[in-house]
Amino acid sequence: MITKEAAPATPAPAPAAAEPPRPVRKKHRAWDEAPRWQIYLPLGIYLLFTLIPFYWILLFALRPAGSTSLVPWPMTFEHFEKVWTDRSFGTFFYNSVLVGVATLIMTTLVALAGGYALARFDFRIKRGFMLALLCSQFVPGALLLVPLFEIFAELQMINSLGSVIIAETVFQLPLSMILISNFIKNVPYSLEEAAWVDGCNRFRAFRVVVLPLLRPGLIAVGSFAFVHSWNHFLFALMFLNNQEKQTIPVGLNTLMSADSVDLGALAAGGIIAAVPVVVVFAFIQKWLITGFSAGAVKG
Amino acid sequence: MAQAAAVAKPPAPPRRRRASATPRRLPYLLIAPAALLMLGFIAYPVISVFYYSLQEYNPTKPWRNGYAGFDNFVHIFTEDPLFWDTLVFSAKWVFVEVGLQLLFGLALALIVNQTFVGRGLGRALVFSPWAVSGVLTSAIWVLLYNSQTGITRYLADLGIGEYGVSWLSDTSTVFPAAVVADLWRGVPFFAILILADLQSVSKDLYEAAEVDGASRIKQFWHITLPHLKDAIILSTLLRAVWEFNNVDLLYTLTGGGPAGETTTLPLYIANTSVESHNFGYASALTTVAFVILLFCSMVYLRLSKFGGESK
Repeated sequence: MITKEAAPATPAPAPAAAEPPRPVRKKHRAWDEAPRWQIYLPLGIYLLFTLIPFYWILLFALRPAGSTSLVPWPMTFEHFEKVWTDRSFGTFFYNSVLVGVATLIMTTLVALAGGYALARFDFRIKRGFMLALLCSQFVPGALLLVPLFEIFAELQMINSLGSVIIAETVFQLPLSMILISNFIKNVPYSLEEAAWVDGCNRFRAFRVVVLPLLRPGLIAVGSFAFVHSWNHFLFALMFLNNQEKQTIPVGLNTLMSADSVDLGALAAGGIIAAVPVVVVFAFIQKWLITGFSAGAVKG
Repeated sequence: MAQAAAVAKPPAPPRRRRASATPRRLPYLLIAPAALLMLGFIAYPVISVFYYSLQEYNPTKPWRNGYAGFDNFVHIFTEDPLFWDTLVFSAKWVFVEVGLQLLFGLALALIVNQTFVGRGLGRALVFSPWAVSGVLTSAIWVLLYNSQTGITRYLADLGIGEYGVSWLSDTSTVFPAAVVADLWRGVPFFAILILADLQSVSKDLYEAAEVDGASRIKQFWHITLPHLKDAIILSTLLRAVWEFNNVDLLYTLTGGGPAGETTTLPLYIANTSVESHNFGYASALTTVAFVILLFCSMVYLRLSKFGGESK
């Protein structure tokens, strides 16, 4: 697909110069001149690959059991009703929301504090701490299941959502902290200093001057934490044995590992699992690109 | 962005001392919550894994528990064919997944970086599987692959293939079937990261290249790709570690089967600890996996000259 870019440029005088100060928006003209079909054809093919699976699950969720029609008509909501009440997806949904929101809040707050320290101070253990953050990226959470289980058993937190919230937060933290510290580094220090001169203390200066500028970054990090914990499966599977406490991914897995899979129910459960992340995603998509380009990958 | 960071860097200690309200303990207080959480729930478990790896430890056979020296490790390397099988499969899985995801992700990012009608919608749609979980991805592809009402039935209606084929239970098709399912979810990750990095390519370079009459393919090789190099190295590395460690998708899609055909090393470890309760042996396997990962990552960073020259 890369060779799509191979066509010789047909250089046309770019109609720019009129749109100065928004660097993110500006496009490289040379790339703008690709013939339209070179954009729409590969994009269209890829979109088919992306969308057919989504369509497939919608189809199964909305058409009556046993139907083989390729359009969901007549439409039925029987699968949703069954999954939501009989298969306890209502409870799972509530638990997942709780875990997701709590993880979001904890991750953002703790990472914000740590990220600020990393961005603005030199202190003795800073290098070691950064190294630990990076190394922790190689630690597979899945492989720590047994010791983590023992810790939570010791803390009497098995079967409580708190265990999952803590575990999700901990494994989100390192990357979130590195990202946030990069975002803070991009805010000129002089802005804060100016606020101190005006009589703000450090915290107030941070809140008034820095925090508003961090919005895209915080949205990216927070939504990351939410989506990850919403989607993550192993911790909930391991630490929550009680059906009342389980989360949506565990519920989906239960549906899938049944002896004869109820495909309609599975599809409806999948839609329920997808809706919140799709909503979050549609909302943050714009910030995601700017959030990342603001220094994420560069570290 | 590099410039911004340079500006922001506090120049010298004396300036900071002016903020008299700032006690020297402040940075430590700020990192304390994160540090404590990570010590308790990452460092301590890691250490206990190392500790258990030297133990015979199986809650269902407590009479045999005790110090085992390097027995577990000796067993792994000399008497456990499953270790080698799953390690090889892990390598194959990671290599194929990361390679294909990078290729398609790069192409996709270059395409949606162009200006065209419907770009916003196009981006949102092609990126959307990124947010879908491994379990949900499995659910979707189980629906697509199932032998009765899956995609093969409709293909057979069109005269392609046969009825009743299940790609996930046939050892010859299960690997590509799982790869495609994971690609569906994985490509957007690369596309998003690369697109983000593309925003910071200086357009002056392209202008200069155009003045010099460089073709688009030359511009790609000499401007775009060098610019993306660090981002590509870092994202492939993170992704490789992630693909190696992540068990959600394979666990729920194939369960490691059929006939152990799609069992990765972490999946094998999870089975060893969860199903056979052999914690000591699972810990030794974990330690080995961890060392392999760390070693491969360091070699990769060294070979790819991360952060070197091009900047």
